[in-house]
Amino acid sequence: MLAQATAAQPAGLEQPYLLEIAHISKGFPGVVALDDVQLRVRPGSVLALMGENGAGKSTLMKIIAGIYQPDAGEIRLRGKPVVFDTPLAALQSGIAMIHQELNLMPHMSIAENIWIGREQLNGLRLVNHRAMHRCTAELLARLRINLDPEELVGSLSIAERQMVEIAKAVSYDSDVLIMDEPTSAITDKEVAHLFSIIADLKAQGKGIIYITHKMNEVFAIADEVAVFRDGAYIGLQRADSMDSDSLISMMVGRELSQLFPVRDKPVGELLLSVRDLRLEGVFEGVSFDLHAGEILGIAGLMGSGRTNVAETLFGITPSDGGEIRLDGQVLRISDPHLAIKQGFALLTEDRKLSGLFPCLSVLENMEMAVLPHYSGNGFIQQKALRALCEDMCQKLRVKTPSLEQCIDTLSGGNQQKALLARWLMTNPRLLILDEPTRGIDVGAKAEIYRLIALLASEGMAVIMISSELPEVLGMSDRVMVMHEGELMGTLDRAEATQEKVMQLASGMTAVH
Amino acid sequence: MNAILESKPEEKKPATAPVKSRRRFPTELSIFLVLIGIGLVFELFGWIVRDQSFLMNSQRLVLMILQVSIIGLLAIGVTQVIITTGIDLSSGSVLALSAMIAASLAQTSDFSRAVFPSLTDLPVWIPVVAGLGVGLLAGAINGSIIAITGIPPFIATLGMMVSARGLARYYTEGQPVSMLSDSYTAIGHGAMPVIIFLVVAVIFHIALRYTKYGKYTYAIGGNMQAARTSGINVKRHLIIVYSIAGLLAGLAGVVASARAATGQAGMGMSYELDAIAAAVIGGTSLAGGVGRITGTVIGALILGVMASGFTFVGVDAYIQDIIKGLIIVVAVVIDQYRNKKQRKR
Repeated sequence: MLAQATAAQPAGLEQPYLLEIAHISKGFPGVVALDDVQLRVRPGSVLALMGENGAGKSTLMKIIAGIYQPDAGEIRLRGKPVVFDTPLAALQSGIAMIHQELNLMPHMSIAENIWIGREQLNGLRLVNHRAMHRCTAELLARLRINLDPEELVGSLSIAERQMVEIAKAVSYDSDVLIMDEPTSAITDKEVAHLFSIIADLKAQGKGIIYITHKMNEVFAIADEVAVFRDGAYIGLQRADSMDSDSLISMMVGRELSQLFPVRDKPVGELLLSVRDLRLEGVFEGVSFDLHAGEILGIAGLMGSGRTNVAETLFGITPSDGGEIRLDGQVLRISDPHLAIKQGFALLTEDRKLSGLFPCLSVLENMEMAVLPHYSGNGFIQQKALRALCEDMCQKLRVKTPSLEQCIDTLSGGNQQKALLARWLMTNPRLLILDEPTRGIDVGAKAEIYRLIALLASEGMAVIMISSELPEVLGMSDRVMVMHEGELMGTLDRAEATQEKVMQLASGMTAVH
Repeated sequence: MNAILESKPEEKKPATAPVKSRRRFPTELSIFLVLIGIGLVFELFGWIVRDQSFLMNSQRLVLMILQVSIIGLLAIGVTQVIITTGIDLSSGSVLALSAMIAASLAQTSDFSRAVFPSLTDLPVWIPVVAGLGVGLLAGAINGSIIAITGIPPFIATLGMMVSARGLARYYTEGQPVSMLSDSYTAIGHGAMPVIIFLVVAVIFHIALRYTKYGKYTYAIGGNMQAARTSGINVKRHLIIVYSIAGLLAGLAGVVASARAATGQAGMGMSYELDAIAAAVIGGTSLAGGVGRITGTVIGALILGVMASGFTFVGVDAYIQDIIKGLIIVVAVVIDQYRNKKQRKR
């Protein structure tokens, strides 16, 4: 393996490693998250870390950043063994991390968020807001992020918050920067921006560990690729010595058959008909038809109103006008429980914010939407529900030590599968999926795609919202494209290409 | 159910299937041990200071549980409110208001200065229903204000706390209501309050663990937005939870006035804080989503053992309060530390 080959080279030819991980193991109740893994990062390079969900990537990063303590093993920073008891200790040693889940305080300004715990003080030991804003403005300018330091984080879009997270991590001026799926919530334009920032950091001699599920990103920026699988270290290779096929087979340990399943043209009846749907100040003029067994994709950039359309259909934000007809009957949906009664289901975009019950068990998380059907006399039919949930776990391959396990402790992909199970258990007629594969690895993605295709072929109508164009194009029968709250056009599968969708999504042209 | 999923091809071995559930260590065990520990400490002091047993005295134990049962009723209600990330500061005042109104309808005709001279010697269910109704109404108002306007529960119930106390005083211009009928005072006689407390505790223990009501309560406390997306009518459920807390405060008012054979506007003063303390000592998290009735019952017992024990040992009442405050904080710190350790493992 190349790892050993390079390690065996005489000293002096290679720069010393910035960070080395050796024989690290970590277990959680019932699960071995990491088993004797290794890793090393060179200065001035980008190491991409890949693997399926639950492979242990995030766990390892949390160990490096001092959030978890390893059960065994050693971390060496610039050749010296180090132990990080707290995230602060790691930060002070020059290791900063951008978290997968956003960790910003919405009621504080961008500047306050970036400098939290390190506020500039004036002579009276009071916070010097002016200096702080100036520093922030400089930092944002250096990173070419166009935001006002005094703006509240709560009023930013998810993509903008992610950019603030990145700025915050850069502001520590760390030698090692860990990025845990930084692009899962941002659009292509911001991804390009991020890559230019990464190139700058590389030029400054920083070491970057970049976790991602996206192949094209790996080949775009990574110098080396390390692969993890099921808590074990599989190998490390130069990025230019690999292609996506060899990388995928390294990740999943098996050849992946086609990612997107082939389906026949849907033949179902008209199920849902939406006319001129409108939400004041957010979107307007949204009209479409949806047949049973059809998959309708909604594409658009962040803030284009895609998610809002889904939330309006589901009654989270009731519409201000327009018409929704189900089976020809006009519906007025003012709350999610009414939508569920009509056979709607919505897998929301932000798991942490509006999907998970973090302190409840996997079982309780899964059963929540079907409880009314399993509690005729008020009491819950525990046995029947448990059997159903066990069944779903097996079918969706949810990896958990037990159904009683707190859902917090599962990996992102397994949490997502459990939430999908929550909705499939309600037997919906219309399944709305908002970024269903956000933060999910290739293997699980393919499984979810196959499942969606299967559900559609059995007559379920599916609306799929996604930032990933290949996904929307690969799955949808038709693609609806939105731009700044407006429906720019609907493309058939045959005419939908990445270029066409991007043109519509960026507002350059419109087809009506 | 899902015919679609049944037909899924090539079922992989259940390497990913959930394993059999393991028995969990009951979270209440540690708090129960604390209760035993405190009891034993007083036992020890009892022999040293007073040369007699603290625990081996059934009369004292009954009295202790009796004192606990009123606060315990309030604590059962407030536990459910806290699980939804709320708080109820009004329970002590609502207790007083419902005690006043129930007592005023339970007076005997022998008494010449009854509140309602024409409404004496009524059947016992009338004052009971009135007392419960007043509590239910106060709780429903709390819940409606919180659910509909979205103001913080702390503020809404603070308002109710002040207003309900004022109303209780205004009702008879501050005069106590006494000379209650025997059939009414029987509700507070002997071990009745303890029985009522325990029955209510069992009912809500079951409700929280085995019914849709309970699951929804935990879900709302865990993640309100996700609860709404999952089809839970969050507003309606919050109103129900606060109404139940009010109803229990009303019940506590009936029991308290029956036991004291009088209704007084000053009853239940600062009981709401003891009730919250009992819930929190018992492991209910103010951050919501976590808490159990068994824990709350033990928490209430700890408060009772301490009050009874300090008096028994002869500790000054002011010092009792100082120590009580300390124990509340220490109990929560220990609980939090234990949870963290369990998580890390």
